[in-house]
Amino acid sequence: MKLSEVLRIIEGKVISRNVDLEAEVTSGGGADLMSDVLAFAQDGMLLMTGLTNPQVVRTSEMAGTAAIVFVRGKIPPPETIALAEEKGIPLLASKFTMFETCGRLYVAGLPAHGLFDLTIQRWHEAFERRE
Amino acid sequence: MSVDLPAHSKEITRLQELAYELKVEDAMTRNVLTVSPNATMAEVRELLRVNRISGMPVMENGRMVGIVTIEDLIKALAAGELQATVRERMHPRPVTLYADEPLVHAVARFSELKFGRFPVIDRQGKLVGIITQGDIVRAMLKRLEISYREEEIHRYRASHIFEDIIADEVALVFGYRVKARDFGHAGEASSGLKRTLGRLGIRPDIIRRVAVATYEAEINIVVYSVDGGEIVAEVRRDRIKIEAIDHGPGIPDIELAMQPGWSTAPDWVREMGFGAGMGLPNIKACADVMKLESTVGVGTHLTIIIYVPNSSYKLTSR
Repeated sequence: MKLSEVLRIIEGKVISRNVDLEAEVTSGGGADLMSDVLAFAQDGMLLMTGLTNPQVVRTSEMAGTAAIVFVRGKIPPPETIALAEEKGIPLLASKFTMFETCGRLYVAGLPAHGLFDLTIQRWHEAFERRE
Repeated sequence: MSVDLPAHSKEITRLQELAYELKVEDAMTRNVLTVSPNATMAEVRELLRVNRISGMPVMENGRMVGIVTIEDLIKALAAGELQATVRERMHPRPVTLYADEPLVHAVARFSELKFGRFPVIDRQGKLVGIITQGDIVRAMLKRLEISYREEEIHRYRASHIFEDIIADEVALVFGYRVKARDFGHAGEASSGLKRTLGRLGIRPDIIRRVAVATYEAEINIVVYSVDGGEIVAEVRRDRIKIEAIDHGPGIPDIELAMQPGWSTAPDWVREMGFGAGMGLPNIKACADVMKLESTVGVGTHLTIIIYVPNSSYKLTSR
Protein backbone atom coordinates (compact mmCIF):
# COMPACT_ATOMS: atom_id res chain seq x y z
CA MET A 1 0.00 0.00 0.00
CA LYS A 2 1.37 3.41 -0.94
CA LEU A 3 1.83 6.09 1.76
CA SER A 4 -0.57 8.32 -0.19
CA GLU A 5 -3.29 5.66 0.26
CA VAL A 6 -2.41 5.30 3.96
CA LEU A 7 -2.89 9.06 4.38
CA ARG A 8 -6.26 9.00 2.64
CA ILE A 9 -7.53 6.04 4.70
CA ILE A 10 -6.50 7.46 8.10
CA GLU A 11 -7.27 11.08 7.06
CA GLY A 12 -3.72 11.79 8.19
CA LYS A 13 -1.00 14.40 7.75
CA VAL A 14 2.69 14.19 6.89
CA ILE A 15 4.90 15.64 9.65
CA SER A 16 8.45 15.14 8.34
CA ARG A 17 10.10 16.66 5.27
CA ASN A 18 11.05 15.01 1.96
CA VAL A 19 8.51 12.20 2.21
CA ASP A 20 7.94 10.15 -0.96
CA LEU A 21 4.21 9.43 -0.92
CA GLU A 22 4.71 6.78 -3.61
CA ALA A 23 6.77 4.68 -1.14
CA GLU A 24 5.20 1.33 -0.31
CA VAL A 25 4.44 -0.25 3.06
CA THR A 26 3.88 -3.99 2.95
CA SER A 27 2.30 -4.63 6.36
CA GLY A 28 1.19 -2.88 9.54
CA GLY A 29 1.63 -3.24 13.28
CA GLY A 30 0.77 -1.23 16.38
CA ALA A 31 2.64 -1.06 19.69
CA ASP A 32 3.75 1.38 22.36
CA LEU A 33 6.32 -1.06 23.68
CA MET A 34 9.47 -0.80 21.58
CA SER A 35 10.70 -4.26 22.55
CA ASP A 36 7.48 -5.64 21.07
CA VAL A 37 8.18 -3.73 17.86
CA LEU A 38 11.68 -5.20 17.76
CA ALA A 39 10.22 -8.64 18.25
CA PHE A 40 7.56 -8.58 15.52
CA ALA A 41 8.47 -5.89 13.00
CA GLN A 42 9.49 -6.88 9.48
CA ASP A 43 11.13 -4.87 6.71
CA GLY A 44 8.56 -2.61 5.07
CA MET A 45 6.18 -2.46 8.05
CA LEU A 46 4.09 0.61 8.90
CA LEU A 47 4.34 1.21 12.66
CA MET A 48 1.41 2.74 14.56
CA THR A 49 2.43 4.08 17.97
CA GLY A 50 1.44 6.54 20.67
CA LEU A 51 5.05 6.97 21.79
CA THR A 52 6.83 10.04 20.39
CA ASN A 53 10.41 10.00 21.72
CA PRO A 54 13.45 9.53 19.40
CA GLN A 55 13.79 5.87 20.42
CA VAL A 56 10.72 5.17 18.26
CA VAL A 57 12.80 6.20 15.24
CA ARG A 58 15.85 4.25 16.46
CA THR A 59 13.69 1.19 16.96
CA SER A 60 12.23 1.61 13.48
CA GLU A 61 15.71 1.94 12.02
CA MET A 62 16.85 -1.32 13.65
CA ALA A 63 13.66 -3.20 12.85
CA GLY A 64 13.44 -2.02 9.23
CA THR A 65 10.13 -0.20 9.69
CA ALA A 66 9.23 1.73 6.51
CA ALA A 67 7.21 4.56 8.11
CA ILE A 68 5.67 5.61 11.45
CA VAL A 69 2.13 6.84 12.21
CA PHE A 70 1.64 8.69 15.52
CA VAL A 71 -1.90 8.03 16.71
CA ARG A 72 -4.40 10.05 18.81
CA GLY A 73 -3.17 13.33 17.28
CA LYS A 74 0.20 13.14 19.02
CA ILE A 75 2.96 15.24 17.51
CA PRO A 76 6.54 14.15 18.23
CA PRO A 77 9.16 16.58 19.59
CA PRO A 78 11.64 18.22 17.15
CA GLU A 79 14.47 15.80 18.02
CA THR A 80 12.32 12.84 16.93
CA ILE A 81 11.45 14.55 13.63
CA ALA A 82 15.10 15.50 13.05
CA LEU A 83 16.29 11.93 13.60
CA ALA A 84 13.57 10.55 11.31
CA GLU A 85 14.57 12.96 8.54
CA GLU A 86 18.21 11.97 8.97
CA LYS A 87 17.31 8.27 8.72
CA GLY A 88 14.81 8.78 5.89
CA ILE A 89 11.87 7.32 7.82
CA PRO A 90 8.60 9.13 6.96
CA LEU A 91 6.49 10.33 9.92
CA LEU A 92 2.69 10.60 9.63
CA ALA A 93 0.02 11.71 12.10
CA SER A 94 -3.46 10.31 12.70
CA LYS A 95 -6.17 11.92 14.84
CA PHE A 96 -7.76 8.53 15.45
CA THR A 97 -6.98 6.14 18.31
CA MET A 98 -4.52 3.29 17.89
CA PHE A 99 -7.45 0.88 17.49
CA GLU A 100 -9.23 2.91 14.84
CA THR A 101 -6.07 3.82 12.91
CA CYS A 102 -5.02 0.17 12.72
CA GLY A 103 -8.60 -0.94 12.04
CA ARG A 104 -9.08 1.41 9.08
CA LEU A 105 -5.85 0.21 7.46
CA TYR A 106 -6.53 -3.46 8.15
CA VAL A 107 -10.00 -3.23 6.61
CA ALA A 108 -8.49 -1.45 3.61
CA GLY A 109 -6.24 -4.47 3.04
CA LEU A 110 -2.95 -3.65 4.81
CA PRO A 111 -1.95 -7.07 6.22
CA ALA A 112 -0.57 -7.95 9.66
CA HIS A 113 2.37 -10.33 10.10
CA GLY A 114 0.48 -13.19 11.61
CA LEU A 115 2.17 -15.04 14.44
CA PHE A 116 5.86 -14.82 15.21
CA ASP A 117 8.18 -17.27 16.96
CA LEU A 118 8.39 -15.65 20.40
CA THR A 119 4.60 -15.47 20.70
CA ILE A 120 4.01 -19.00 19.51
CA GLN A 121 6.54 -20.31 22.01
CA ARG A 122 5.07 -18.33 24.91
CA TRP A 123 1.52 -19.28 23.99
CA HIS A 124 2.49 -22.91 23.86
CA GLU A 125 4.19 -22.74 27.26
CA ALA A 126 1.25 -20.94 28.85
CA PHE A 127 -1.73 -22.82 27.43
CA GLU A 128 -0.87 -25.90 25.45
CA ARG A 129 2.03 -27.72 27.03
CA ARG A 130 -0.04 -29.59 29.63
CA GLU A 131 -2.85 -30.60 27.32
CA MET B 1 40.65 -12.86 -7.99
CA SER B 2 37.64 -14.82 -6.97
CA VAL B 3 35.40 -16.52 -9.47
CA ASP B 4 32.38 -14.45 -10.37
CA LEU B 5 29.91 -17.26 -10.80
CA PRO B 6 28.33 -17.27 -7.33
CA ALA B 7 27.72 -13.53 -7.44
CA HIS B 8 26.16 -13.83 -10.86
CA SER B 9 23.87 -16.64 -9.92
CA LYS B 10 22.72 -14.56 -6.92
CA GLU B 11 21.82 -11.64 -9.16
CA ILE B 12 19.86 -13.90 -11.47
CA THR B 13 18.06 -15.39 -8.51
CA ARG B 14 16.98 -11.92 -7.40
CA LEU B 15 15.73 -11.14 -10.91
CA GLN B 16 13.82 -14.41 -10.98
CA GLU B 17 12.24 -13.53 -7.64
CA LEU B 18 11.23 -10.17 -9.04
CA ALA B 19 9.64 -11.83 -12.06
CA TYR B 20 7.40 -13.73 -9.64
CA GLU B 21 6.79 -10.81 -7.25
CA LEU B 22 5.82 -8.28 -9.91
CA LYS B 23 2.58 -8.59 -11.85
CA VAL B 24 2.01 -7.80 -15.51
CA GLU B 25 0.10 -4.67 -14.44
CA ASP B 26 3.16 -3.41 -12.52
CA ALA B 27 5.19 -3.31 -15.75
CA MET B 28 2.65 -2.63 -18.51
CA THR B 29 1.98 0.71 -20.19
CA ARG B 30 -1.51 1.85 -19.18
CA ASN B 31 -2.12 4.51 -21.79
CA VAL B 32 -2.81 2.30 -24.77
CA LEU B 33 -3.04 3.88 -28.19
CA THR B 34 -5.58 2.01 -30.34
CA VAL B 35 -6.73 2.23 -33.94
CA SER B 36 -10.00 1.54 -35.74
CA PRO B 37 -10.15 -1.35 -38.25
CA ASN B 38 -11.40 1.16 -40.81
CA ALA B 39 -8.22 3.27 -40.67
CA THR B 40 -5.73 2.92 -43.52
CA MET B 41 -2.17 1.59 -43.21
CA ALA B 42 -0.98 5.11 -44.11
CA GLU B 43 -2.71 6.35 -40.96
CA VAL B 44 -1.09 3.51 -38.99
CA ARG B 45 2.31 4.66 -40.26
CA GLU B 46 1.67 8.17 -38.94
CA LEU B 47 0.42 6.90 -35.56
CA LEU B 48 3.46 4.62 -35.07
CA ARG B 49 5.88 7.34 -36.20
CA VAL B 50 4.44 10.20 -34.14
CA ASN B 51 4.08 8.13 -30.96
CA ARG B 52 7.32 6.15 -31.48
CA ILE B 53 5.65 2.80 -30.89
CA SER B 54 5.78 -0.48 -32.78
CA GLY B 55 2.22 -1.82 -32.59
CA MET B 56 -1.38 -1.06 -31.58
CA PRO B 57 -4.48 -3.04 -30.59
CA VAL B 58 -7.37 -2.63 -33.04
CA MET B 59 -10.65 -1.63 -31.37
CA GLU B 60 -14.18 -1.74 -32.74
CA ASN B 61 -17.25 -0.85 -30.64
CA GLY B 62 -15.21 -1.07 -27.44
CA ARG B 63 -13.97 -4.56 -28.28
CA MET B 64 -10.44 -5.59 -29.24
CA VAL B 65 -10.65 -7.25 -32.64
CA GLY B 66 -6.96 -7.53 -33.54
CA ILE B 67 -3.47 -6.07 -33.39
CA VAL B 68 -1.50 -4.24 -36.07
CA THR B 69 2.28 -3.93 -35.90
CA ILE B 70 5.25 -2.38 -37.63
CA GLU B 71 5.85 -5.68 -39.50
CA ASP B 72 2.39 -5.42 -41.03
CA LEU B 73 3.21 -1.87 -42.05
CA ILE B 74 6.51 -2.90 -43.67
CA LYS B 75 4.72 -5.60 -45.68
CA ALA B 76 2.10 -3.08 -46.79
CA LEU B 77 4.85 -0.60 -47.75
CA ALA B 78 6.74 -3.25 -49.75
CA ALA B 79 3.55 -4.16 -51.60
CA GLY B 80 2.69 -0.49 -52.16
CA GLU B 81 -0.62 -1.00 -50.36
CA LEU B 82 -0.70 1.89 -47.88
CA GLN B 83 -4.35 2.51 -48.71
CA ALA B 84 -5.33 -0.98 -47.48
CA THR B 85 -7.45 -0.92 -44.32
CA VAL B 86 -6.24 -2.10 -40.94
CA ARG B 87 -8.99 -4.76 -41.03
CA GLU B 88 -7.32 -6.37 -44.07
CA ARG B 89 -3.81 -6.26 -42.61
CA MET B 90 -4.18 -6.81 -38.85
CA HIS B 91 -3.74 -10.06 -36.92
CA PRO B 92 -7.16 -11.05 -35.58
CA ARG B 93 -7.55 -12.65 -32.12
CA PRO B 94 -4.23 -11.44 -30.65
CA VAL B 95 -2.59 -13.40 -27.84
CA THR B 96 -3.19 -11.51 -24.57
CA LEU B 97 -1.96 -11.54 -20.99
CA TYR B 98 -3.99 -10.97 -17.82
CA ALA B 99 -3.09 -7.90 -15.74
CA ASP B 100 -2.90 -9.94 -12.51
CA GLU B 101 -0.61 -12.65 -13.89
CA PRO B 102 2.95 -12.79 -12.50
CA LEU B 103 5.44 -11.10 -14.79
CA VAL B 104 7.24 -14.42 -15.26
CA HIS B 105 4.30 -15.58 -17.46
CA ALA B 106 4.91 -12.61 -19.73
CA VAL B 107 8.63 -13.44 -19.90
CA ALA B 108 7.75 -17.02 -20.91
CA ARG B 109 5.27 -15.83 -23.58
CA PHE B 110 7.82 -13.46 -25.13
CA SER B 111 10.49 -16.17 -25.42
CA GLU B 112 7.97 -18.74 -26.68
CA LEU B 113 6.15 -16.66 -29.34
CA LYS B 114 8.80 -14.04 -30.19
CA PHE B 115 6.12 -11.32 -30.44
CA GLY B 116 7.11 -7.72 -29.80
CA ARG B 117 4.17 -6.90 -27.50
CA PHE B 118 1.06 -8.33 -25.86
CA PRO B 119 -2.19 -6.49 -25.14
CA VAL B 120 -3.10 -6.84 -21.44
CA ILE B 121 -6.71 -7.50 -20.38
CA ASP B 122 -8.46 -7.78 -17.03
CA ARG B 123 -10.44 -10.87 -16.03
CA GLN B 124 -13.56 -9.35 -17.64
CA GLY B 125 -11.72 -9.20 -20.96
CA LYS B 126 -11.39 -5.41 -21.02
CA LEU B 127 -8.19 -3.98 -22.54
CA VAL B 128 -6.24 -2.29 -19.70
CA GLY B 129 -2.69 -1.99 -21.08
CA ILE B 130 0.04 -3.19 -23.39
CA ILE B 131 3.41 -4.71 -22.53
CA THR B 132 6.74 -4.97 -24.36
CA GLN B 133 10.02 -6.60 -23.30
CA GLY B 134 11.35 -3.08 -22.71
CA ASP B 135 8.53 -2.48 -20.18
CA ILE B 136 9.55 -5.63 -18.30
CA VAL B 137 13.23 -4.66 -18.15
CA ARG B 138 12.34 -1.14 -16.98
CA ALA B 139 10.00 -2.39 -14.22
CA MET B 140 12.55 -4.88 -12.92
CA LEU B 141 15.41 -2.37 -12.99
CA LYS B 142 13.28 0.16 -11.15
CA ARG B 143 12.44 -2.35 -8.42
CA LEU B 144 16.07 -3.48 -8.14
CA GLU B 145 17.17 0.13 -7.89
CA ILE B 146 14.73 0.79 -5.06
CA SER B 147 15.99 -2.16 -3.02
CA TYR B 148 19.67 -1.48 -3.52
CA ARG B 149 19.86 2.31 -3.87
CA GLU B 150 20.69 3.15 -0.28
CA GLU B 151 23.78 1.12 0.47
CA GLU B 152 24.87 0.38 -3.08
CA ILE B 153 27.71 2.87 -3.47
CA HIS B 154 29.31 1.98 -0.16
CA ARG B 155 28.85 -1.72 -0.68
CA TYR B 156 30.77 -1.69 -3.92
CA ARG B 157 33.73 -0.23 -2.07
CA ALA B 158 33.75 -2.42 1.02
CA SER B 159 32.07 -5.66 0.10
CA HIS B 160 35.20 -7.03 -1.57
CA ILE B 161 37.19 -6.90 1.62
CA PHE B 162 36.81 -10.55 2.56
CA GLU B 163 37.97 -11.63 -0.89
CA ASP B 164 40.67 -9.00 -1.27
CA ILE B 165 42.49 -9.57 2.00
CA ILE B 166 44.80 -12.57 1.76
CA ALA B 167 44.80 -14.53 5.00
CA ASP B 168 43.55 -17.82 6.32
CA GLU B 169 41.30 -15.99 8.74
CA VAL B 170 40.04 -12.42 8.53
CA ALA B 171 38.27 -10.68 11.40
CA LEU B 172 37.15 -7.05 11.46
CA VAL B 173 36.56 -5.58 14.90
CA PHE B 174 34.35 -2.55 15.54
CA GLY B 175 34.09 -0.99 18.98
CA TYR B 176 31.46 1.44 20.30
CA ARG B 177 31.25 3.21 23.66
CA VAL B 178 27.85 3.46 25.35
CA LYS B 179 27.04 6.06 28.03
CA ALA B 180 24.87 5.26 31.03
CA ARG B 181 21.41 6.89 31.33
CA ASP B 182 21.88 8.94 28.13
CA PHE B 183 18.67 8.03 26.33
CA GLY B 184 19.13 10.82 23.79
CA HIS B 185 22.04 8.94 22.20
CA ALA B 186 20.92 5.40 22.97
CA GLY B 187 20.99 3.39 19.77
CA GLU B 188 23.87 5.21 18.09
CA ALA B 189 26.22 2.27 18.57
CA SER B 190 23.72 -0.14 17.01
CA SER B 191 22.96 2.32 14.24
CA GLY B 192 26.67 2.66 13.45
CA LEU B 193 27.17 -1.10 13.44
CA LYS B 194 24.11 -1.59 11.22
CA ARG B 195 25.41 0.85 8.61
CA THR B 196 28.91 -0.65 8.76
CA LEU B 197 27.58 -4.16 8.13
CA GLY B 198 25.56 -2.78 5.22
CA ARG B 199 28.74 -1.40 3.70
CA LEU B 200 30.38 -4.80 4.05
CA GLY B 201 27.59 -6.15 1.86
CA ILE B 202 26.17 -8.51 4.46
CA ARG B 203 22.69 -9.86 3.74
CA PRO B 204 19.88 -7.60 5.05
CA ASP B 205 18.15 -10.34 7.08
CA ILE B 206 21.42 -11.07 8.94
CA ILE B 207 22.01 -7.34 9.51
CA ARG B 208 18.51 -6.98 10.90
CA ARG B 209 19.06 -9.71 13.51
CA VAL B 210 22.40 -8.20 14.52
CA ALA B 211 20.87 -4.71 14.74
CA VAL B 212 17.90 -5.75 16.89
CA ALA B 213 20.02 -7.84 19.28
CA THR B 214 22.70 -5.14 19.58
CA TYR B 215 20.11 -2.42 20.14
CA GLU B 216 18.47 -4.29 23.02
CA ALA B 217 21.93 -4.92 24.53
CA GLU B 218 22.79 -1.23 24.12
CA ILE B 219 19.56 -0.16 25.82
CA ASN B 220 20.41 -2.47 28.74
CA ILE B 221 23.81 -0.78 29.18
CA VAL B 222 22.19 2.69 29.01
CA VAL B 223 19.52 1.74 31.55
CA TYR B 224 21.32 -0.48 34.05
CA SER B 225 25.08 0.08 33.97
CA VAL B 226 26.80 2.20 36.60
CA ASP B 227 29.15 4.07 34.27
CA GLY B 228 28.34 2.89 30.75
CA GLY B 229 30.06 0.16 28.84
CA GLU B 230 31.13 -0.94 25.41
CA ILE B 231 29.90 -2.92 22.47
CA VAL B 232 32.45 -4.82 20.40
CA ALA B 233 31.49 -6.51 17.16
CA GLU B 234 33.84 -9.02 15.56
CA VAL B 235 32.93 -9.79 11.97
CA ARG B 236 34.34 -12.91 10.35
CA ARG B 237 33.53 -14.59 7.06
CA ASP B 238 31.25 -17.09 8.72
CA ARG B 239 29.88 -15.34 11.80
CA ILE B 240 29.35 -12.07 13.64
CA LYS B 241 30.08 -11.95 17.36
CA ILE B 242 28.76 -9.07 19.45
CA GLU B 243 29.93 -8.51 23.00
CA ALA B 244 28.20 -6.03 25.29
CA ILE B 245 30.28 -5.36 28.38
CA ASP B 246 29.65 -3.16 31.42
CA HIS B 247 31.28 -2.85 34.84
CA GLY B 248 28.38 -3.14 37.19
CA PRO B 249 26.13 -3.45 39.06
CA GLY B 250 25.74 -7.01 37.70
CA ILE B 251 22.68 -9.29 37.60
CA PRO B 252 21.97 -11.24 40.84
CA ASP B 253 19.82 -13.96 39.21
CA ILE B 254 20.44 -14.55 35.50
CA GLU B 255 17.74 -17.21 35.14
CA LEU B 256 15.16 -14.79 36.52
CA ALA B 257 16.44 -11.98 34.26
CA MET B 258 15.97 -14.20 31.20
CA GLN B 259 12.28 -14.73 31.94
CA PRO B 260 10.02 -12.78 29.56
CA GLY B 261 8.28 -9.96 31.43
CA TRP B 262 10.65 -9.88 34.38
CA SER B 263 12.12 -6.41 34.84
CA THR B 264 13.61 -4.06 37.39
CA ALA B 265 13.35 -1.04 35.08
CA PRO B 266 12.43 2.29 36.67
CA ASP B 267 9.48 4.31 35.37
CA TRP B 268 11.54 6.65 33.20
CA VAL B 269 12.68 3.66 31.17
CA ARG B 270 9.15 2.35 30.78
CA GLU B 271 8.04 5.77 29.56
CA MET B 272 10.58 5.45 26.76
CA GLY B 273 8.93 2.24 25.56
CA PHE B 274 11.39 -0.20 27.12
CA GLY B 275 11.84 -1.96 30.44
CA ALA B 276 9.05 -4.49 30.04
CA GLY B 277 11.38 -7.44 30.48
CA MET B 278 11.53 -8.29 26.79
CA GLY B 279 15.10 -7.25 25.99
CA LEU B 280 16.96 -10.47 26.78
CA PRO B 281 14.26 -12.76 25.28
CA ASN B 282 14.39 -10.62 22.11
CA ILE B 283 18.17 -10.95 21.95
CA LYS B 284 17.87 -14.70 22.40
CA ALA B 285 15.36 -14.91 19.55
CA CYS B 286 17.77 -13.09 17.19
CA ALA B 287 20.93 -14.93 18.22
CA ASP B 288 22.25 -18.33 17.16
CA VAL B 289 24.29 -18.44 20.39
CA MET B 290 23.73 -16.23 23.43
CA LYS B 291 25.85 -16.28 26.58
CA LEU B 292 25.16 -14.05 29.59
CA GLU B 293 27.73 -13.87 32.38
CA SER B 294 27.35 -11.51 35.31
CA THR B 295 28.84 -10.99 38.74
CA VAL B 296 27.25 -8.59 41.20
CA GLY B 297 29.62 -5.71 41.89
CA VAL B 298 31.84 -6.61 38.92
CA GLY B 299 29.77 -6.34 35.77
CA THR B 300 27.92 -8.07 32.97
CA HIS B 301 29.30 -9.65 29.81
CA LEU B 302 26.79 -10.57 27.11
CA THR B 303 27.98 -12.51 24.07
CA ILE B 304 25.82 -12.88 20.97
CA ILE B 305 26.82 -14.96 17.94
CA ILE B 306 24.95 -14.85 14.63
CA TYR B 307 26.17 -17.14 11.85
CA VAL B 308 26.57 -15.80 8.33
CA PRO B 309 25.49 -18.35 5.71
CA ASN B 310 27.93 -19.05 2.88
CA SER B 311 28.11 -16.50 0.07
CA SER B 312 26.39 -13.75 2.05
CA TYR B 313 29.27 -11.42 1.36
CA LYS B 314 29.24 -12.10 -2.35
CA LEU B 315 25.78 -10.73 -3.01
CA THR B 316 26.97 -7.64 -4.84
CA SER B 317 30.60 -8.37 -5.64
CA ARG B 318 31.40 -8.52 -9.31
